[in-house]
Amino acid sequence: MKSKVTFGSVFLYGTLGLLSLFFLMPAYMAVVTALKLPLNIDLPTAWEFPTVINWSSFSDAIKLLKPNFINSLILTVCATAGSTILGSLNGYVFSKWKFKGSEVVFTLFLFGMFIPYQVILIPLFQTLRAMNLYGGLPGLILAHIVYGLPITTLIFRNFYSQIPTALIESGRLDGAGFFSIYTRIVFPLSIPGFVVTSLWQFTQIWNEFLWGICLTRHSENPITVGLAQLAGGQAVSWNLPMAGSIMAAVPVLCIYIFLGRYFIRGLLAGSVKE
Amino acid sequence: MREASRDRLKAFLTLLPSMVLIGIFVYGFIGNTIWTSMTDWGGSGSLSLTPEKNFVGLDNYVELFTGFLYSGFRQDLVNAVYYSVMLLVGAVGLGMFIAILLDQKPKGEDVLRTIFLYPMSLSFIVSGTIWRWLLAPQGGVNVLPKYVGMEPLTFEWLSSQAAILEFNWQNLFQVALYVISFIMILVGLYLLKGDSKKAIRRWLGPGIIIGAGAWLFGGMLPEALFMEETHGFNMATLGIIMATVWQYSGYTMALYLAGFNGISQDLRDAAMLDGASEVNYYRYVAIPMLKPITISAVIILSHISLKMFDLIFAMTGPDNAETGHPALNMFLTTFRANDFAKGAAIAIVLFLIAAMFIVPYLVAQYRQRRRG
Repeated sequence: MKSKVTFGSVFLYGTLGLLSLFFLMPAYMAVVTALKLPLNIDLPTAWEFPTVINWSSFSDAIKLLKPNFINSLILTVCATAGSTILGSLNGYVFSKWKFKGSEVVFTLFLFGMFIPYQVILIPLFQTLRAMNLYGGLPGLILAHIVYGLPITTLIFRNFYSQIPTALIESGRLDGAGFFSIYTRIVFPLSIPGFVVTSLWQFTQIWNEFLWGICLTRHSENPITVGLAQLAGGQAVSWNLPMAGSIMAAVPVLCIYIFLGRYFIRGLLAGSVKE
Repeated sequence: MREASRDRLKAFLTLLPSMVLIGIFVYGFIGNTIWTSMTDWGGSGSLSLTPEKNFVGLDNYVELFTGFLYSGFRQDLVNAVYYSVMLLVGAVGLGMFIAILLDQKPKGEDVLRTIFLYPMSLSFIVSGTIWRWLLAPQGGVNVLPKYVGMEPLTFEWLSSQAAILEFNWQNLFQVALYVISFIMILVGLYLLKGDSKKAIRRWLGPGIIIGAGAWLFGGMLPEALFMEETHGFNMATLGIIMATVWQYSGYTMALYLAGFNGISQDLRDAAMLDGASEVNYYRYVAIPMLKPITISAVIILSHISLKMFDLIFAMTGPDNAETGHPALNMFLTTFRANDFAKGAAIAIVLFLIAAMFIVPYLVAQYRQRRRG
């Protein structure tokens, strides 16, 4: 590309610059407000940088949201592991062991990804209550594993369809069965698939709110519910919700910034075909 | 051969637990919600663990669409429709625009892409909390014009009572026919350049007839309500739409960018050799080629806008009338008012709207897989 200053390049960089400002504006506002002293937070000067840097909002937010943070961590790790492992096995069957009607079953699986979750909320609530799982993390983990199956199965199915069938056939000629082909051939090749799927599930489950608020009691609330309660009260000064927001965003932002390549592959897997 | 059939059995048994789980938790539960929506959930005994349920048919739906007490739900539904359309236009438009800009390979493309996509990784509760602060009436976005020497805005982003594009719910059927006719005429005009005969016969003609019919004979249609009740586009939802576009246009950008990168450089060079300008290349070559991506984006965004709960909850709380949404109404009706039957009916309405988009999409994908 020539580095000439033309009207086109001015327009290009100008527009991109303005758009970047628009996209970064909320992040800037969150950081600036979180660093202010409560008495310095004032609507007309909301955009200005704090004159005195105040870190205590963060320690207060950590103190308040620490139990929620731990709940979310347990929930996310367990549910991610469960749905990823099951999704990998399902994807293996759907791509390499097709049976009569397996495409129909796969389509029926995918449908589960697109339903508005309100439609299953009432029976889910009743079922968990009947199983004595309502209110606690195990019930929430179960829900996230089940409703995570469509997307994890989809990602692994698309991933495994890239593994040449000849490789599977040669494994079978060597006398390997269903499970030994999986453990010896397919699994070792699918580490990137596991990274993509588990990062995707991690961010989805970490960010989930509807089930968190409907299916857990106060002491088991995940971080999103804790943050909503922290920010919901009108009396609270804004530095605390902003610090809490940053705290709730940090784990997923880290994934996005350091492992962004895999995150984007998960994002595309849900919509773009192989 | 026996070995092979045993492996087949093993494969099926591996899949079985997931099939059972999906069968119960997706299809069984949807069936259960449909059933619940057709009962009265024991009326006053609704708080007990096993309320006595009586079958009432479609009464709950009739109540929601015509009942005196449920005008809030009807406004929520109207909000959801406007919200979905605005989100689609906004997020697809802005995402496509950014993707085209980044496709020019500016310097710092990686950094820019990261900036445009990071909102996508955040929870709606996080972004909703921050946007609520940004849209505070006397601060945030409203004071920004001061920094370039203009008057500050005074728009009440989340609590404005103003509404535009209002219509009378009594005339629901007529309005629905107008909308159908408008869409058909638009599609007809769009297709006119290609197969003009088919466009006129299939879309343009019927569209005009439906529109004219609704205009001439609309008064003869049954009225959906016994009294006048206006609903419109609540200006207060603009703030929520803006926040959602902010969060999701990075997603459509990523989709289009992946699509643009998949178009071979040869094709682009060929288009340029044929004298296509940069604009024409995207207008006539790249974007038509990425029609599957546009369809995916529309499906996923409409699905997101229909179940939108977290963002509105965080930005306005669950019971702000101006920015209501059926997803929030369902939550309040079910878990605050303990009216599980009405809650289930609202959920089914949402589900049916979502299914209208998703079922054709999944069927088309299934056919494509079988062919490919």
